[in-house]
Amino acid sequence: MEAHPIESPADKPNGPVAAGLLAAGISALVLGILTTVGEASEGFKEWLQWNDRVGPLSGKVLIETAVFVVGWGALLLPLREKHLPWQTTLIATGVLLALGFLGTFPTFFQAFAPE
Amino acid sequence: MELSTREFWALIHGLILGGVFLVAFAGALAGLWSMRPELVTEQGIRERIRRLSIGMTTMAAVAWLTVVTGTWIVYPWYREDVSSSARSRLLADPDTADWHEFAMEWKEHIAWIAPTLATVAAFIVLYYQRDLLRNQTARRLAIALLVASFTIAAIAGILGALITKNESV
Repeated sequence: MEAHPIESPADKPNGPVAAGLLAAGISALVLGILTTVGEASEGFKEWLQWNDRVGPLSGKVLIETAVFVVGWGALLLPLREKHLPWQTTLIATGVLLALGFLGTFPTFFQAFAPE
Repeated sequence: MELSTREFWALIHGLILGGVFLVAFAGALAGLWSMRPELVTEQGIRERIRRLSIGMTTMAAVAWLTVVTGTWIVYPWYREDVSSSARSRLLADPDTADWHEFAMEWKEHIAWIAPTLATVAAFIVLYYQRDLLRNQTARRLAIALLVASFTIAAIAGILGALITKNESV
């Protein structure tokens, strides 16, 4: 038997963690969207080529990383003192991550490649 | 016996950083798993939190280093637009084309999700510190993120090893 309750009102606000979770989910979704749209549009794929040696992956991962870092910071401001329901936060993060995985799965994004 | 520059960086990316990630993951998972009030003493809590903070931060940093070295150092050699590059050799043979079109295409993208999850997991430990003992939801969440990050990294790592087995950079 545990000596303490699972959570208590004295717990630190979970806003900063929720902000990180949502930022990770949003950045995964952005990576999925960039990958799929890049596959569908040759012009967009060329735009993503921020580094010639790395190719379009350079734009995708730099944008994904920027979204994660900036997104976490931006969400932190309004959420840092808040206590969000874990269940809602985890479901939202799970959905975002799942869509991100879908968008980066070759069988899915290659279906959008021009004939 | 000598390592070429490409072999050296492939080794750093795949084996050295991957090995440190694996060790840090095992240590962090064991530490978080047993972070329960009935299992640790007051003195043990301090030591456990310090070790967990270092281990989780190291794991997150190594996850970032792995994807950065992989994408910006090793991957350009893999995808060089010459007939001798690993990508060209894989695509030249219909029997091996899927190693690029599926395995590499999947690996190069999902690998970048692993460090974000590892970073949030590390942040949970740094943020809650000893409150992790009381807040078991946060502890379980850190474990889940740790395992998810490791699973993604393992998929990327195994695919990378299999691709290298077929055609090395």
